[in-house]
Amino acid sequence: MVQLADRLLYPGAPSAPAGPRRVEEDAARRSLRGQIARLERHLADALVTGFPTHVIDVTVGGRGGPRLLDLGELEILRDDLAARLHAARAALVVRAERQRQARLLLEAMYADPRAHRFTRLPRAELGMPGCGSYEVRPRLGPVGMLTGWWQVKLSSGCPSAARGEPAYPPDRHGPPKSQAFAPLA
Amino acid sequence: MSPEPEHGWIDPEVAAEFGDIELAQVTVPVGSGRPAPEIRDRLRYLSRRMSGAEAVAFRTRPIPQAYRVLFRHLGLDPDRERPPGEAIVIERLIHGEHRAENRLDDAITIAVAETGVPVWGLDEDKLSGPLGLRTARAGERLGTAEFADELPGGRLVIADDHGVVAVLFGRLASSHLVTKDTRSTRLFAIRAPQVPAIHLEEALLQCVDCLRL
Repeated sequence: MVQLADRLLYPGAPSAPAGPRRVEEDAARRSLRGQIARLERHLADALVTGFPTHVIDVTVGGRGGPRLLDLGELEILRDDLAARLHAARAALVVRAERQRQARLLLEAMYADPRAHRFTRLPRAELGMPGCGSYEVRPRLGPVGMLTGWWQVKLSSGCPSAARGEPAYPPDRHGPPKSQAFAPLA
Repeated sequence: MSPEPEHGWIDPEVAAEFGDIELAQVTVPVGSGRPAPEIRDRLRYLSRRMSGAEAVAFRTRPIPQAYRVLFRHLGLDPDRERPPGEAIVIERLIHGEHRAENRLDDAITIAVAETGVPVWGLDEDKLSGPLGLRTARAGERLGTAEFADELPGGRLVIADDHGVVAVLFGRLASSHLVTKDTRSTRLFAIRAPQVPAIHLEEALLQCVDCLRL
């Protein structure tokens, strides 16, 4: 208590001389704080990379602060952040692979529409914003179906916000039957 | 002429842990009240300045990032107890605008939105001596109100000569809040390590300018 009072009365005064153990712990704490700062920056970058089509979970719980965390708590926090970053990057890799497959599918749809009849590819799968979808449709309706005249069409986009209902209410219509682009296993 | 911000004291234990952390304060002979029309205009201008995508990317900018890192070091979750700069951006997204509330809160909103540095205000007449940053002692209370909450030992707090007046990045003591009877306001701001010192001063002076309108 006396030491604390001294420190408050004389904030600029040097504290008790640090032993080698204290110096080592200070160095370890400094290193951990640096690692935590880097991990936090990478997590923020991961969140922004996934936006707006993919929400990356970057949450790591607090430690009952604000307070000075001890060495063990800093280590656990560093490990939790690292685990979260690992998971976030894995999610981004999966998303990138999924987008690559979606782009290949779109190329194939344009190259040979007839082989991809009624295939529907949402723009979100390509990492594009908005609600539109690429879909292989027959030209001139039944005429195109009978003559094998198919084309890729981009739907007009999101439903009117004023209506306040989803494009495909699952209880009434279910998902579109022609949605060929299934989630990755 | 604007008053000069003064540095608050930092407990050596806290300074040893966080190095560059800094507390600055300034007293302005104004209380709260109805905001001036110019402040409402400025809030409207600020509301138009940021889109949703920019709000998401806000956390990657250097100053908000520095406060997020400080929150992590303090054991806070910046996605739950958001740093004030981020909290203002999120509120703007939710409400679609920066809402005008009262002279002090609006001045703080403008200062924080412009600089990213958090600012708070307390009733000058209820404070004693300069503000500083330290750890709470076991059994200390937040403020001097009759039913003031007891703080756990080790909690980082803002204190004056008499005791704790706020939790760092947390609640202010209800006994020290600015009210309609306040004649003079003590503004204080916390600078996170890695944030240039000029931003701390700028945040306080912007707040003072807004309060004087």
